[in-house]
Amino acid sequence: MMRFLLLFSRQGKLRLQKWFTPLVERERKKVVRDMTLMVLGRPPRSCNFLHWKDLKVVYKRYASLYFCCGLDDKDNELLALEVLHRYVELLDKYFGNVCELDIIFNFEKAYFILDEFLMGGEVQETSKVTVAKSIEASDMLQETMEEYMSKPAF
Amino acid sequence: MPAVSKGDGMRGLAVFISDIRNCKSKEAEVKRINKELANIRSKFKGDKSLDGYSKRKYVCKLLFIFLLGHDIDFGHMEAVNLLSSNKYTEKQIGYLFISVLVNSNSDLIRLINNAIKNDLSSRYPVFMKLALHCIANVGSREMAEAFVQEIPRILVAGDTMDSVKQSAALCLLRLHRTSPDLVTMGELTSRVVHLLNDQHLGVVTAATSLIIAMAQKNPEELKVSIPLAVGRLGRIVIPAASDLQDYAYYFVPAPWLSVKLLRLLQCYPPPEDDSVRSRLAECLESILNKAQEPPKSKKVQHSNAKYAVLFEAISLIIHYDSDPGLLVRACNQLGQFLQHRETNLRYLALESMCTLASSEFSHEAVKTHIETVISALKTERDVSVRQRAVDLLYAMCDRSNAKQIVAELLDYLETADYSIREEIVLKVAVIAEKYAVDYAWYVDTILNLIRIAGDHVSEEVWYRVIQIVISREEVQGYAAKTVFEALQAPACHENLVKVGGYILGEFGNLIAGDPRSSPLVQFNLLHSKFHLCSVPTRALLLSTYIKFINLFPEIKVTIQDVLRSSSQIRNSDVELQQRAVEYLRLSCVANTDVLATVLEEMPPFLERESSILSKLKKRKGPGLLPEQEDSPKDKNTGVNGTVESASLSPLSADLLGLSSTSSQSSSSSAPRGSLLVDIFADNQSPVPEAAAAPVATENFSKFVCKNSGVLFENQMLQIGLKSEFRQNLGRLHVFYGNKTSMQFLDFSPSVVCHDVNVHAKSVDPVVNGGAQLQQMFNIECISDFQEAPSLNIQFRYGGTLQNIGFKLPVTLNKFFQPTEMSSQEFFQRWKQLSIPQQEVQKIFKAKNPMDMDVTKAKIAGFGVALLDQVDPNPSNFVGAGIIHTKTTQVGCLMRLEPNTQAQMYRLTLRTSRDSVSQQLCELLSDQF
Repeated sequence: MMRFLLLFSRQGKLRLQKWFTPLVERERKKVVRDMTLMVLGRPPRSCNFLHWKDLKVVYKRYASLYFCCGLDDKDNELLALEVLHRYVELLDKYFGNVCELDIIFNFEKAYFILDEFLMGGEVQETSKVTVAKSIEASDMLQETMEEYMSKPAF
Repeated sequence: MPAVSKGDGMRGLAVFISDIRNCKSKEAEVKRINKELANIRSKFKGDKSLDGYSKRKYVCKLLFIFLLGHDIDFGHMEAVNLLSSNKYTEKQIGYLFISVLVNSNSDLIRLINNAIKNDLSSRYPVFMKLALHCIANVGSREMAEAFVQEIPRILVAGDTMDSVKQSAALCLLRLHRTSPDLVTMGELTSRVVHLLNDQHLGVVTAATSLIIAMAQKNPEELKVSIPLAVGRLGRIVIPAASDLQDYAYYFVPAPWLSVKLLRLLQCYPPPEDDSVRSRLAECLESILNKAQEPPKSKKVQHSNAKYAVLFEAISLIIHYDSDPGLLVRACNQLGQFLQHRETNLRYLALESMCTLASSEFSHEAVKTHIETVISALKTERDVSVRQRAVDLLYAMCDRSNAKQIVAELLDYLETADYSIREEIVLKVAVIAEKYAVDYAWYVDTILNLIRIAGDHVSEEVWYRVIQIVISREEVQGYAAKTVFEALQAPACHENLVKVGGYILGEFGNLIAGDPRSSPLVQFNLLHSKFHLCSVPTRALLLSTYIKFINLFPEIKVTIQDVLRSSSQIRNSDVELQQRAVEYLRLSCVANTDVLATVLEEMPPFLERESSILSKLKKRKGPGLLPEQEDSPKDKNTGVNGTVESASLSPLSADLLGLSSTSSQSSSSSAPRGSLLVDIFADNQSPVPEAAAAPVATENFSKFVCKNSGVLFENQMLQIGLKSEFRQNLGRLHVFYGNKTSMQFLDFSPSVVCHDVNVHAKSVDPVVNGGAQLQQMFNIECISDFQEAPSLNIQFRYGGTLQNIGFKLPVTLNKFFQPTEMSSQEFFQRWKQLSIPQQEVQKIFKAKNPMDMDVTKAKIAGFGVALLDQVDPNPSNFVGAGIIHTKTTQVGCLMRLEPNTQAQMYRLTLRTSRDSVSQQLCELLSDQF
């Protein structure tokens, strides 16, 4: 089971955090600090797996963003790497060529997409088509650019 | 211009986010946020009620502020209000806010639960899914209590949509993990299991996660899942016409589901049913074969997914540990990966091989890769890969390659990354001790460790070398000579001064005959280091000096002068000053006899646990737990001169050889005095004809929980025993007391055993009347065993041949090493050992009064660590330990539940090996 998923930038700015086990705020901060320090300190072309305490850590860099997750001892690292990749694919499909800015400005969407894909630290739906369909379905209220610009800016 | 959001964007939010991004400093950001918070607060407090859109926007802004790392103390109520909106987007933000920000003990839970309840019974599947997600994200106990009845029904209902089923399965899994006692599936279990046959692969994937958790909790009940899982796996991995459509991932059919099914099978031993077993073998073969096929795609995703399934299959093969053919194939496959160009695969191959090394079938096959692993140590650029190579070398080490591996690790240590040096040091120390053929090599290895990486040599390591030198007479002279030579180096590590100081203080006399290492030379050498050392080391050296006064009276005056010098006797450190004063006084007032008694050579250590090994195990601390801080090192030093805090290690008290506890600790376990108490009482009455049946009392079962005492006694002979065990080795001292006044002739004990190696030292064939004869046995435990070795004694007494036979108290539990663990760890492992065969339980009547302290002592004597505050019921006892045998190590957990009213006990043992559980349960249940 995945314990947590973090997205952070090369500068160590946290862009998304998802915790699948209950942790108090202080512990979360410690995990985030340790992960960013550890992962950002790795030289390029290192392997994507680390040990941290009794957890396995799997991370991968996509452009300016690092995707990093903590796994139970028995979990499959290679497949976790593909969980990260599948999540990137889903973001990509939704935003169209996703970049860090998309995730900053539409953080709530990034969480919604993640919820469709993972739940309780396990993969819920592995079919890209099915996940994309249910995200589309939830975007029921489509609006035009004009409608958007007429909304109050405060 | 901010990036325009798709769907229903919130313009105000986008503007706010881009403001924050434009802030030049932290202060500016805080200022902007405070302005926004004030704005939102006033909006929420305003008279006119906000429309849904604004509420959603402000709640989302609060969420953003919180995720930036700022505290949010309002807005929860507005978020809860959003839950009851009938607009999906508003509901969605409300739920997101709640799952990120609401902790389980919030007073809003009741309101939230109400909203969830409504959504669960909604006719819109998307609303149901939002509610299920929220339960899974918060996962609190109140929520579990409120919905634990409802969710299983949704999961198995015929009209539930597939995507809702998936959410329900994983939501239930989450509750199962947070409140396992609440989730009971009852009669729904078999319907959940049959979801393995569902048409929709997404449903099967989600359900399998849940079934794994259920199988870990209730293995027996979930056993029916085995054939279904094997069948499903077969339909995925064995190529046929099946079309998996969107569930193929980069040409790999359903990798997530395959891995989960393989995980489920790892909850059980190999299938009993022949057809299921052969079908599974077919699946595993097919997975192994596919690894050799040319890739269907050049993308890394293809190979990752394919090998993910392969590694999981190998895990299953290792878990079964029964098919030598598959194990060796797995090992060869991993061997190929060791040289793969993908770093990730090399890393995983090293990691998997570590577990393969502990299987008796594949240990030798793993060993053949030693050269590759050593070269990985030298050439890998990534420190985490090198770390795995160190782990694997440690795992594949045995007597045959220990010297090579130690040499390579020492070599690597010179350039190793600082982050892993301490661990390497510990590993080398453990291997060196475990596989030491001669102790000279062991001493050399440890001194090398100190030379190469002195800063990373923890106290446990140098305590241990001293312990071993003190207990092994044959190495003492060599150790003294070696440390003396090592100390000649102009700059040597302080740890070396400690070891050197201690060893010369005890055994310096063994090399004093050589003029090059005469007493004065030894003293001057040590004293030349004195001023460069820290206070604890200086304190240790002062103790060495007083020992020198005892060993070498000829340099007494020189040493007294040093002690008397004002830098010692007026030292600002109170401990050093006290030692100088006391030692000086002791050397003046005590005559040589008193001095010799006070400073007698240290008795051998009987302690059997290697403190290094426990330290090594401790290094893998728990991950997401409150930080475990090292126990504060108490630098206060006692009057009698214990330098290190006593809590650090049981050895520290003994290190100075001055505290009175040290001699007690060794004699207390050896009541040698009582052994021959009866000799003179009996020897006047003529011994009856020996042919009469010997009235023997055999005390075998008493020795299960203790290591010394009277083992056997009749009118002629009393046999006492003292034993010590360390890891898989043991040493028995047997004392034969002749209670008669006549000689025993042709006295010959012989040992018969099948399951353990016993090596007996030869003994004198004559035992004089009233005398005592001692014999030593060395024991080696090869694998787990049931039958204790038996000792047969033959001798002639007054012309009659006497024959006495009984069992030696060498039982499996003697090879325990106690393991301390936290309550969380304990229950985690307890759950892991949930296969029915791994558990053995016995309910039995108390034979003795049920005294808590006696029970505690017995359990501790049995060899496990008694764990406090693990069992919620304080009158229960739980313990943990590892059985060490030559071939393997078996982790054991035990729990004893006394019922004082019924005068009954219930004993439960869980170990990874059924025969061990069985045997330990029999041994221990006989003790109460």
